[in-house]
Amino acid sequence: MSLVNFTTREITCKIVYYGPGRSGKTSNLHYVYGRVPDSRRGRMVSLATQTDRTLFFDFLPIDLGQISGFSTRFQLYTVPGQVYYNATRRLVLQGADGVVFVGDSQARQLDENVESLQNLQSNLLEHGVDIRTIPLVLQYNKQDLPRELILSPADLDDALNFRSLPSFSADALHGKGVFETLKGISELVLKKLAAGTAA
Amino acid sequence: MTSALNSKYSFDTFVVGAANRLAVTAGRTVAENPGSAYNPLFIYSGSGLGKTHLLMAVGHAAKKVAPALNIEYLTLDEYVEAFHAAIAAGQGDAFRRRFQNVDVLLVDDVQFLTNRKEMQSELLRLTEALQVGGHQIVLTSDRPPPEIADLDERLISRLSGGLVVDIGAPDYETRVAILRRKADERGAKFEPGVLETVAGAESGNVRELMGALNRLVAFQAVNDRSINAETAKQLLGIGAEAASAPGGGGKGTAREGAAPGPRAGDEFGDFLADVTVTVGKAVEAWRARVGEAVLRWEGEGYRTRRLEALLERDTPAAVDAVIAAFTQDVERLKELEAEVAELDPQAAGQSVFRDPERLREAEEVAAKVRDGAAPPPAPSAAFPLAAYAVGPSNEVAVSAARAVLKQPGKKYNPLVLVGKSGLGKTHLLNAIGLELARGKRAVVACLSTQAFVDELIAAIDGDRVDWWRARYRRATALLLDDIHLIAGKERTQEELFNLFNLLQDKERQLVFTAPAQPHTLPGLEERIASRLAGGLVAELKEPDREVKRAVLERMLGQHSASPDPALVDYLADRPADSVRGLVGELQRVVGAAAAQDGPLTAGLAREVLEGQAPRDSRRSAGFRTSGIVVSSLGGIKSREKMVWDWSDVADRVIEEFR
Repeated sequence: MSLVNFTTREITCKIVYYGPGRSGKTSNLHYVYGRVPDSRRGRMVSLATQTDRTLFFDFLPIDLGQISGFSTRFQLYTVPGQVYYNATRRLVLQGADGVVFVGDSQARQLDENVESLQNLQSNLLEHGVDIRTIPLVLQYNKQDLPRELILSPADLDDALNFRSLPSFSADALHGKGVFETLKGISELVLKKLAAGTAA
Repeated sequence: MTSALNSKYSFDTFVVGAANRLAVTAGRTVAENPGSAYNPLFIYSGSGLGKTHLLMAVGHAAKKVAPALNIEYLTLDEYVEAFHAAIAAGQGDAFRRRFQNVDVLLVDDVQFLTNRKEMQSELLRLTEALQVGGHQIVLTSDRPPPEIADLDERLISRLSGGLVVDIGAPDYETRVAILRRKADERGAKFEPGVLETVAGAESGNVRELMGALNRLVAFQAVNDRSINAETAKQLLGIGAEAASAPGGGGKGTAREGAAPGPRAGDEFGDFLADVTVTVGKAVEAWRARVGEAVLRWEGEGYRTRRLEALLERDTPAAVDAVIAAFTQDVERLKELEAEVAELDPQAAGQSVFRDPERLREAEEVAAKVRDGAAPPPAPSAAFPLAAYAVGPSNEVAVSAARAVLKQPGKKYNPLVLVGKSGLGKTHLLNAIGLELARGKRAVVACLSTQAFVDELIAAIDGDRVDWWRARYRRATALLLDDIHLIAGKERTQEELFNLFNLLQDKERQLVFTAPAQPHTLPGLEERIASRLAGGLVAELKEPDREVKRAVLERMLGQHSASPDPALVDYLADRPADSVRGLVGELQRVVGAAAAQDGPLTAGLAREVLEGQAPRDSRRSAGFRTSGIVVSSLGGIKSREKMVWDWSDVADRVIEEFR
């Protein structure tokens, strides 16, 4: 995984949106896609089932142009959330520079969230990556739903965020919190980049 | 090459307030009377407060008063560019003439003169020329002349010589007036209170104010409805941050239409800006690392040009590799310097050992020093210890030598071998040296005192005494032959004294030879003599029979496999006061045998050594066993006093008869 290449002056960040099924990972990407100027984005690749569920993964390349002399590219991926697509998830996770865990704020989805987070940990481990070292942020999606159906960000923090990672509440469908999340993960990834080149 | 005056920027469109009144008045005055009132006029202010506007307004006004005037407006960058282009085209003089003929010269952003020495002098020359010619010059900058970094003193005084005025940030009223005028210019109408709201926001410069106004205008145009003060606040994010806290659903009304409109387009921009800052920081982190490395090595006294060159680049390079390479070079320099310091302390101080860019040179210097600092003279291989004949006459000395070899520097230090010439002192000295030199990392200096003195003289002559000293200080053992030759050489004695102490302190072996007891040697300083006597003085006596036999057997063994025992006996029994004498006699016999092409026999030896030419075979056969045995202990030491060869009886009779 070469994050920053001083020779070709390229920075490439692979960011994977991870989370249980129907938590809103693809919605995140769609919203980002809609906000990026045409010239900056590549074709969004989305392989979905007939019921609009992600079958394999979504892929959205974004070209941020020249930054500090580096041609900077972000590659956003989502994984299929359904439990039985674990092989695909593991594949997509390979070489990820950062992970956004998109959690479903609905109270009844809490177990799925926990399970998916554990799945993330074990899949990362398969690639020899410690979940404690990879840049990771949490997004509590669907915060626009009625209060009685969802858990508050504080509750979700208690349940999922035991490592005090940056967390964002969001309404990915309408875009609230989407870019905040993306900024959050980018910052972590790029900071690691700085630390990485120092080593 | 030069910018045209923007017609929008005139005094008419310039809103005058308390903060800029002086500057505007000065500008008007200058425009009406170019070259006579304030020359040069220097206007400075923060960004976005109207410098450029005012500058152009001066141009327009001057043009209006006197249309024939030659007015030139340009930024300093343009000026520099034009200058460089002119120089490149060989048109430097034409360029200067052209600007000297300008009636009103308006130069924007002169703060960029920093670090441009040649432009500073060029501008100084131009300003002088314009002033002399009565032409006006107006300059703007974001700071007053004395605060422009690196600006030539003469230029500072020249620029400050006219009038220096600043434009402050506009006050509230001015801001409202500016907004109103701008809104009018665009034909935009706002509900009462909107512009006041905008003006009420903290904004340090007019450009930001314009930006805010532009957003309102755009929003109104897009939504086709006029906005009120409250919406304006929200649009511009004035005091509205609190309302859009993340988390809960918030107010339902806020989401209706206002938020997605202006925000949507910005989201990616914001993100990009954010990433840019982060990448900037991340990528710029290399600067910090380079800076650290520079500080570190500079602190240790090394030149860091290579690293500094990295900092001058805009884009990062593979800095870690460069730093690593640099560090490696410095380490190598350190090694070289340490090595050279031991060989030649004077050479080690050279600056070349502090500049990694000159590593190659440093290597060369070190190589030279290494060559020059050849190890001190080593013992001669011609004197192995195995070949040293041992007998009662020298066993004290030899056992002392063995003790020295067992514990160099510890038991007998110094060891002084005393004895007359030719007794084998030099042989034993070199033999000790050879044995000591077998040790790991041994540097054995073994030479005659005469050579030692000569070397010092040469070193003094070549101004390399330090080098000379270092050469000997490195030695793990010092062996000097014929130490009495140091007599009367004060400087050598001084040096030897110091060297002696130093080596003895470090438990390095010292061995000397002398013809007599140290105290009896004339011309030797007491401090040297006492030090020599302080170790073990071992005396070598005249060779005994055993020694002589051993020497003879060894020497004869070189000529024939089984030397004639009679010859050995004969020679060993001859009195000899030194091994060297004995060897000399043997050489004569060997020479004679070689001349006759005959065998080495006792008879031949007798003939050769006793001065009797060999006669016929009968006689020589008759003398083969003389039976005369003369021991060296027998009291007869002089050959002349001995009768070795009696003449024939008949000869003696005739003699007597005569």
